[in-house]
Amino acid sequence: MSASLLGEYFPILVFIGIAAGIAIAMVAGALLLARQKPDAEKLSTYECGFEPFEDTRHRFDVRFYLVAILFIIFDLEVAFLFPWAITLGDIGWLGFGSMMAFLGVLTVGFIYEWRKGALDWE
Amino acid sequence: MQALQDFLATPVGHLVLTVAQTLALLVPVLICVAYMTWAERRIMAAMQLRKGPNVVGPFGMLQPFADALKMLMKETIVPTGASRYLFLAAPMLTFLLAMIAWSVIPVNDGWAIADINVGILYLFAVSSLGVYGVIIAGWASNSKYAFLGALRSAAQMVSYEVSMGFVIVTVLLCAGSLNLTEIVRAQTTVWYVIPLFPMAIIFFISTLAETNRAPFDLPEGESELVAGFFVEYSSMSFALFFLGEYANILLMCSLTTILFLGGWLPPMAIEPFTWVPGPLWFMLKAGLLFFCFVWVRATFPRYRYDQLMRLGWKVFLPFSLVWLIITAFTLKLMGWLPA
Repeated sequence: MSASLLGEYFPILVFIGIAAGIAIAMVAGALLLARQKPDAEKLSTYECGFEPFEDTRHRFDVRFYLVAILFIIFDLEVAFLFPWAITLGDIGWLGFGSMMAFLGVLTVGFIYEWRKGALDWE
Repeated sequence: MQALQDFLATPVGHLVLTVAQTLALLVPVLICVAYMTWAERRIMAAMQLRKGPNVVGPFGMLQPFADALKMLMKETIVPTGASRYLFLAAPMLTFLLAMIAWSVIPVNDGWAIADINVGILYLFAVSSLGVYGVIIAGWASNSKYAFLGALRSAAQMVSYEVSMGFVIVTVLLCAGSLNLTEIVRAQTTVWYVIPLFPMAIIFFISTLAETNRAPFDLPEGESELVAGFFVEYSSMSFALFFLGEYANILLMCSLTTILFLGGWLPPMAIEPFTWVPGPLWFMLKAGLLFFCFVWVRATFPRYRYDQLMRLGWKVFLPFSLVWLIITAFTLKLMGWLPA
């Protein structure tokens, strides 16, 4: 890792600094400039005018977990595809075939999920 | 002049130059975002035979600034049940992520401020992180609408990210580089929208879903979830979400421009087209895509959640995967791969 290669990332650091500065300035500006006059009714959780009757943080649909797990599998697949796509010209038919085998395995898994109904929302 | 060059060669000078470059990009982006909200309201109004904002300034063009001032003078409400610090940090994170992605966007040849060799991977990573702002906001609000909106939004964003990934890999196969400037240069002969036409459409629709825009705006479906994950936000925290969201839309329009519409390149390298400078072409294409975003919003009814997930997982994912394999095989067989 040469210094110039790392140096290319320096502007991103500056971007993070400036964007964070703008964000903090905006929120702090509103906190300082606007008149803060909180009361219990104003600060209660919005539930269309009703009293909130239980805590929000309870169980929710397991399908969201399922989507997250499926996402990790396929996103990894995409992550493996990136270097392969760039070097495909140099790695010959063996390189092409290996990736097809890998995609084939994942496709079998995908078909299994589909048949099992993991992709259905009713 | 010599003194200036000497100063810029020092570390401090380098920092000053980078800060100046950053501001020279971020300020126009933010102004652009402000006018996107105005343009959206005007275009939607025209499509619905209304007038839209037309009072503040000529053609209502000072409306975004009036809105910003109003937001600034509003009380910042933090609900009693909320996690205070996370609640205030979430909009900042969303805004931050929407801004830092701009560091790699080349508006013209050599104008990318951080011309890193893995630009597209960086963009992919930053847009994935965008889910965090939404999830943190939904969780920290401790409100049912916000929580459900955040869950929906997160599931939707990750679902469409997969097919977006496949589309990006297809473009990379043709371009042979992860650098955004190189990807645009590779389109000098033909824009990728022509050889990769169905993928460009899939990418555009995925960006609609990724940015939670109509017809995929279920996370903030007004009729069921009021405003979704930012229902509890007010004042500048709300404005930050708004800015972040529109900056993301502009970013996605720019990314589509870079990947499929040849970035700053004119449609043909002949006389009348080459007179127009590159950045203007870039803005014209991104603006056209944004117009399509608004057009879609004004035209189509909202999807149902199961339809949305089915489209993402059962249509776009298999289709883009098959198209990727076909593209790779064709390029390999014909020996068209970039060396």
